[in-house]
Amino acid sequence: MKKQVVFKCLKAGFIGLVLLLLYTPILLLAIYSFDKTDLIGRFQGFSFDHYIHLFTDSDVLGMIGNTLLLALIAALLSTVLGTAGALGMYYSKKRVKGVMQALNQVPVINAEIVTALALTVTFVAVNIERSWFTLIVGHMVICTPFVVLSVIPKLKQMDGSLYEAALDLGASPFKALMTVVLPQIIPGVISGFMLAITLSLDDYIVTMYTRPTGFETISTYVYNATTKGNAHTAVTLSSFWALTTIIFLIIVAIVIGSNLIGRRKKEENK
Amino acid sequence: MKIPRFSRKTLCIPYAVFLLFFVLVPMLVILLFAFTDDAMHLSFENFIKFFSDPTKLSTIVYSLVIALVTTVVALLIAYPVAYILAQSKIKRKYVILMLFVLPMWINFVLRVNAIRELFNLISQVEGLDGLANANYFKTIFGMVYDFLPFMILPLYTTMMKIDKSLYEASADLGAGGFTTFARVTLPLSMPGIMSGVTMVFLPSMTNYVVSDMLGNAKVTIIGKFIYTYFGNDWHMGSMIALVLLVVVFLSTWLTGGFKADETVRGTNL
Repeated sequence: MKKQVVFKCLKAGFIGLVLLLLYTPILLLAIYSFDKTDLIGRFQGFSFDHYIHLFTDSDVLGMIGNTLLLALIAALLSTVLGTAGALGMYYSKKRVKGVMQALNQVPVINAEIVTALALTVTFVAVNIERSWFTLIVGHMVICTPFVVLSVIPKLKQMDGSLYEAALDLGASPFKALMTVVLPQIIPGVISGFMLAITLSLDDYIVTMYTRPTGFETISTYVYNATTKGNAHTAVTLSSFWALTTIIFLIIVAIVIGSNLIGRRKKEENK
Repeated sequence: MKIPRFSRKTLCIPYAVFLLFFVLVPMLVILLFAFTDDAMHLSFENFIKFFSDPTKLSTIVYSLVIALVTTVVALLIAYPVAYILAQSKIKRKYVILMLFVLPMWINFVLRVNAIRELFNLISQVEGLDGLANANYFKTIFGMVYDFLPFMILPLYTTMMKIDKSLYEASADLGAGGFTTFARVTLPLSMPGIMSGVTMVFLPSMTNYVVSDMLGNAKVTIIGKFIYTYFGNDWHMGSMIALVLLVVVFLSTWLTGGFKADETVRGTNL
C-alpha cells in the first residue's frame, strides 16, 4: 500500500515538474512586464509603463492590428474554401478525392520554409509583387488544409441518408446542404477556423517571405528585434511582454470559464 | 435532358483550382528553378555545387542530429506524461491536458523570446554563466519546449483508445506491471509514437526561428540556409528546398505517415 502512495507522488511530481518548466518562461515575462526597465535581471520597481506603451504606441498598435487583421482574413477565407473543398471532395469520385487529399497533405507535411520559398519563387517567376494578396495566399496555403482535415471526419460521422431525405422532401440540393448538412459538420468548421487563426497568428516564416515591404506582424518584429536588437527595439519588445501576459490571462480566463460552464451543465443534467 | 443542376461535387472546384495554382505549381516551379540557371537553361550546376559543398552537407547532418535529439528528448518527456494522464482516474484530467496545450496559444515567436529571456537571466547567476554559450543546448531546449504538445497529444489520444480490459486480461494471465507495459501498452501506443515523432522531427529540422533566437546565430540549420539565398539566388535556394522536400517526404514515408485527423494540434480535444 505504501509503495502505491510513493508511486502516486512520483507521478504527480513528474507532471508538476514538466508543467513548471512549461510555465516558468511565461511567468518570468509576466513578472517583468510590471518592471520599470526593459531589462530582465534585477527588478527595478513596479510600474505599468510597458502596458501604457503597448496601448499608446502607434507602431505597436499597428503591428498588433496587422497580425489580427491578417489572421482574421486568412482564417475566414480558408474556412470557406476548406469547408466547400471538403464537402466537394467527400462527394467526388474516388480518383478526384484521392488526388485532392494527397495535394491537401502537401502543405501539412512540408517544411514551412519549403512552402514559403516555393510560393515566393512562383510569384517571382510570374512577376507578382509581394503584397497583401501574396501574404493572404501564403497564409491560406498553410491554413486551408487543416480546415479540410477537421471537416472531413465530421462528414464521415454524418448519416448520409439525411441529405437524401431532405431532397425527397423537396429541398433543393443547395438548401439541403445549408440546412441539413452544414449544421451537422459545424463543429468541424469551427475547430478548423480556430486552428486557422492560431496557425496564422503564430506564423513567422511564410509571413517573412510573402509580406509586402514594411509590413510587420508581431512575429516578424519580435524575431528581428531579438536577433538584431537595439535600444529602440528593446522598448517595443518589452511592451510585448505585457501583451504576452494579457494573452495568457485571457486564455486562463477562457479555460476557467468554460470549465465552470461545463461543470454547471453537468450538475443541471443530474 | 435538363440544365445541369447544382451538384455537391462542384463545391470542390475552387479549392481544386487553389491547390493547383498555389500548391502543385509552386512545387513544379522549384523543381524547374533548381535545375536551371539565371538564363533559364537546363543546368546541373546547383545540384553538383550542393552535393560537393562540405558546409551544406554538414548543415544537413547537423539539422538531422538536432532534430533527432529534440525528438528523443520530447518523446522521453511526453510519453510518461501521456501515460500517467491516460491511466489516471482523477476526474478533471482534461484540465491537466489543457494545461500542456495552453502555452501554444501564445505567439510562437513571443514564447521563444520568453525562453531567451529566461536563459539570459539564468546565465547572469555566477557559476551558470557557461549557459550563455551553450547554444546547442539552448536550441534543443527551445525546440522541445515548443513542440512538446505535438508529442503529448497524439500519444494521449492513442493511449485513451486502448481497451482497458486488455490490462486486466494481461494481469489475469499473470503479467506484472512492467510486462503489461512492454507487451500491451507500448505496442498499442506505437501509432501515437509515430505521429508524435513525425510532428516533432520535421519542424525541428527546419524551423530556424528557434535556432536563430536561442543559438546566438551560431546554430545554422537547413531552414536558415534557404533563407540566406532569399532574393539573391532563387535557383540555389530552390535546390536546397528540393533536397529538403525529398528528406521530409522520405522521413514521413519511413515513419508510416501520420493520421492527421487525430493529431492536428488538438483539433479533437
